[in-house]
Amino acid sequence: MNFNENRPIYLQIIDFFCDQIMTKEWQTSDRIPSVREIAIQMEVNPNTAIRAFHELQEEGVLYNQRGVGYFVDKKAFEIVKEKKRREFVNNKLPHLFKDMDQLDFTIEDLKSAYHKKGFED
Amino acid sequence: MVTIENLTFAFKKNRPLFNQLNLKLEKGNTYGLFGLNGAGKTTLLSLISGMLFPDSGDCLIHEAPARERLPKVLSDLFILPEQFELPKMNALRYIDIQAPFYPDFDFEKISQIMKEFQIDTGKNLTELSYGQRKKFMIAFALASNVSLLLMDEPTNGLDIPSKSQFRKIIAAANLENRCVVISTHQVRDLNTLIDRITLLHAGSIIFDQTLNSISDKLNFIKLKPDDTRSTLYSEDVLGGQFAICLKESSDDDTHVDLELLFNGIIQQPESFSRVFQNGGIS
Repeated sequence: MNFNENRPIYLQIIDFFCDQIMTKEWQTSDRIPSVREIAIQMEVNPNTAIRAFHELQEEGVLYNQRGVGYFVDKKAFEIVKEKKRREFVNNKLPHLFKDMDQLDFTIEDLKSAYHKKGFED
Repeated sequence: MVTIENLTFAFKKNRPLFNQLNLKLEKGNTYGLFGLNGAGKTTLLSLISGMLFPDSGDCLIHEAPARERLPKVLSDLFILPEQFELPKMNALRYIDIQAPFYPDFDFEKISQIMKEFQIDTGKNLTELSYGQRKKFMIAFALASNVSLLLMDEPTNGLDIPSKSQFRKIIAAANLENRCVVISTHQVRDLNTLIDRITLLHAGSIIFDQTLNSISDKLNFIKLKPDDTRSTLYSEDVLGGQFAICLKESSDDDTHVDLELLFNGIIQQPESFSRVFQNGGIS
């Protein structure tokens, strides 16, 4: 596993979990890999991995069944989507707007690029 | 688990390497022991494992002085030195002879790790390359199932795939029930495994904090030249500065850059100890 140098590892693990949920790789009531399995797979200290599990549990994305493991909550998809939207608006859009501004790339340019890629309004 | 109190140690009279050094090592932590060349990392590990004796002060393992080398202490401790000699015999014979010293030795685990590392168990250990001998010793260290595991530059000599295997093996090593100390300069090989940073400098431990408390208190960010945010330490990089700042409540967690942190603490130990003074030990 290669980590992005600027983001704390536990947040990168959270990103990975969220991706799994957004792509429906992990669905409601699925049991996800254990802390130990994630730690080994990602080559990190289990203490780091567990922080990601705890955070997502607090946000209601995962729930824990003692002695059994962690599961995907039925509200997980909606919660993650909302979280990702916030991140998109707060972190990604400002960069995009800045680049658009610098490059004289208008909203209309953006729209036509969007359609060219096969997306619909 | 390990309590070092007011330890003084000198190789040459009147030139102490350690002066009133204090350090506590606890179960459940994986310590990264850092220091400049010659700071005494290897010497400190030798003192903890009872291979060297303090001139004054104590080095206790479960309340027993390390220098007494009690069997119950030594059977629950393993040190993997950077340089070591192995006898002229194959791996299996070595395990036969050495494993009985460790009551919880896991024979299944050592064969599994040796397989992963592709260690030739038919050859004499003396005929193996440095990297392969190192991997054999790593396998032995992990299989010994001791609660105090000391490793001096464990990734030195490992090839690229072995480093990743090493990280997986350590991640799987029940770290919550052990105290692991890894001394290293290879920050990038091990920064995902270490959860506590311990820095040895000028004869004492000048910093000892968990990564969680570091990322709770500090932010590692790139500042533009016109940025006025005050910094604890910074280095020039392309287009600005890479800086350590006090974390503000609105800041997101950032990745703890161990190299920047190391340089910062070595150069300005006081500014960092001030930040962690109040309830800093977690």
